[in-house]
Amino acid sequence: MAKKQLITVKVNGREREAAVEPRLLLVHFIRESLQLTGTHIGCDTSHCGACTVVLNGKTVKSCTMFAVQADGAEILTVEGLASSAGQLHALQEGFKQEHGLQCGFCTPGMLMSSYALLHNNPNPSEEEIRRGISGNLCRCTGYQNIVGAVQYAAAKMGKAESEAHVAEGVAQ
Amino acid sequence: MIPPAFEYLRPKTIPEAITLLQQHGEDAKILSGGQSLIPMMKLRIARPAYLIDINRISGLSYIKEEDGFLKIGGLTREAELEASSLVRAKYPILIDTAHVIADPQVRNLATVAGNLAHGDPANDHPATMLALDAQVVATGSRGERVIAIEDFFLSLFSTALQPDEILTEIRIPLALPHSGGAYFKLERKVGDFATAAVAAQVTLDRSGAVQKVGIGLTNVGPTPIKVQKAENFLRGKKPDEANIRQAAQLAADDAQPSSDLRGPAEYKKGLIKELAKRALARAAERAGK
Repeated sequence: MAKKQLITVKVNGREREAAVEPRLLLVHFIRESLQLTGTHIGCDTSHCGACTVVLNGKTVKSCTMFAVQADGAEILTVEGLASSAGQLHALQEGFKQEHGLQCGFCTPGMLMSSYALLHNNPNPSEEEIRRGISGNLCRCTGYQNIVGAVQYAAAKMGKAESEAHVAEGVAQ
Repeated sequence: MIPPAFEYLRPKTIPEAITLLQQHGEDAKILSGGQSLIPMMKLRIARPAYLIDINRISGLSYIKEEDGFLKIGGLTREAELEASSLVRAKYPILIDTAHVIADPQVRNLATVAGNLAHGDPANDHPATMLALDAQVVATGSRGERVIAIEDFFLSLFSTALQPDEILTEIRIPLALPHSGGAYFKLERKVGDFATAAVAAQVTLDRSGAVQKVGIGLTNVGPTPIKVQKAENFLRGKKPDEANIRQAAQLAADDAQPSSDLRGPAEYKKGLIKELAKRALARAAERAGK
């Protein structure tokens, strides 16, 4: 067995340290070492996107990366989306309101891809949303309601943003 | 799927990486984006004893015009190519190509250089680089050498890179005025390899005739194919419908597809003809703007 390597990663804001075998995939590290099982293993062949996490601000398939490669990185998984008080993220609320899931297996990956999409492009067109989630497969919904869920979240986040601006203006 | 065990090495500089390559030779593989290598390791098609992770080497991630070339660093990601305003404005063929490679998550990690160095004729950048007459810079223990892309792809998964060399830069001749290119790919679904694809780059002269042309084919042979007969035919001629149709036929004649799950060989030849027509027409249209 290859020598274990010590890695430090920040996952959902919390610093984690572990000695890992180099061949340990990031998804196994997240699910088994950290016990964060919200990130799913779907195809395990880099096609389905169920294992998508946000690493240093960019979506990656955690089944196609070794945990050692993430040394020093900041990772956001689906568990990090809701507030610590348990309030759902606008995207999670959107998926609930718009029926953006049926079996739910693809949902964590869909949420993380949508999260990165809205971060880079707060007001995406339908085409941009479809392109943004093109690396995530859903076998239930036909995608229509997922697109609706992302639109719901974009509208809600945009509204919160403009209200914040108004409040800021009043305060000034 | 669990990949076989390996030793993980993470050099901080290119010389350090080359020393490691010299030490471990054919037992070592460079880990760049890893988006082809890691799936192959999981399927145990690839079993390197050492992985040399070059991702922490600084100064290898750039896109810039310099000394007559568009230079793309060895660690530049597909997503960075897609997002580059310089590339968007002057090298649309590269945007076409990056857009249809795998999916957004893969493009966040996958590198342009890796797409070439992997030597897979199903990859998309090889045909585009053939159309663009690119060069690659290989850095090894004897220093740097420049390899013309035409001499780079030797056979299936085999390139001109020596075991101690790293592909550190891609050089594309600067876009001339009145030039344009396009990449047309048919894939069964997002993330699939091309059933077939065609890259075309043309430069028009003052009269509107084709002065320079490059055409490359994806996934219709053991290596990516530069179709010189089609290029020679088109040079000096107007890119009108009849000439484009004839050039596309010549391109299809040079394709060597095999029948597989993506379709029979004859179908793929027909597909090359159609995609070549579309790519040449779009390239000429962009060049005319």
